[in-house]
Amino acid sequence: MALDAGYKGRTYPPTAVYEVGREKIREFADAIGDPNPVYRDPAVAQDLGHRDVLAPPTFPIVITWPAALLIINDPELGMDFSRVLHADQRFVYARPIYADDQLTATVVIEDVSERMGQGFLTTRTDLATVDGEHVVSGFSKLVVVGEQP
Amino acid sequence: MIKFADVAKGDELPAQTFPIRRVDLVKYAGASGDFNPIHWNERFAQSVGLPDVIAHGMFTMAEAVRLVTDWCGDPGMVVEYSVRFTKPVVVPDGVAEDSGARLTVTGKVGAVNEDGTVRVDLTAVSADEKVLGMARAVVRLP
Repeated sequence: MALDAGYKGRTYPPTAVYEVGREKIREFADAIGDPNPVYRDPAVAQDLGHRDVLAPPTFPIVITWPAALLIINDPELGMDFSRVLHADQRFVYARPIYADDQLTATVVIEDVSERMGQGFLTTRTDLATVDGEHVVSGFSKLVVVGEQP
Repeated sequence: MIKFADVAKGDELPAQTFPIRRVDLVKYAGASGDFNPIHWNERFAQSVGLPDVIAHGMFTMAEAVRLVTDWCGDPGMVVEYSVRFTKPVVVPDGVAEDSGARLTVTGKVGAVNEDGTVRVDLTAVSADEKVLGMARAVVRLP
């Protein structure tokens, strides 16, 4: 059985440093069609009390999703990526991500179970600065459809 | 800018409708790094049982919270945001401005909390179907 409950709590080593950058935030804001100047203009962000342009609320997925792939691609779990559905997503923010952030992602298997032939996996990815400041946690619930019991 | 003291449970946020065209999904794929072909290749999408290309769930999640960030005036006030992806947003082919799908998002204040935060409950509808479940954003207002 691939998704064994024994994998609950498994933690993966922190990923390589992700340098955020103003242009990446602008590109992401353009891609979601959000014209908000706080994602582009440092002066507008600073007027709101921020030190630099900030990233939109769902931007952390750019960093947390590849980190979660560490689990999906973990040969010990034996998950089939083509059968993985993203069922549920949650972010809990200590603060917004800023353009000058350098972040690493640490992935933990929060919960794992199988029922009715489907596998359920909840991952938590903590993003922290290279100095160890916690920024945001992303929780993804994944469903592996058609798993054989 | 909205003040905590001015918000009451049941207050409605201004609704918004977002167009979702194929080109938007291509742009989102590039910016997010999610190149799953179900979001840009009709033949592939149909081969895995979908009616057509579907939007990235995370794209829909990004659109829905704009209601909240436009309302409160500072996206940095969002302290928590969660959704369930209950139904796919099907995005038909086309290059015209009015091609593709429409996503209509409504929201209202679901709770005013003692810790100074406000919970906004969001509803996202495309082609008469609710596409997100339990879509909730918690914001800390001044």
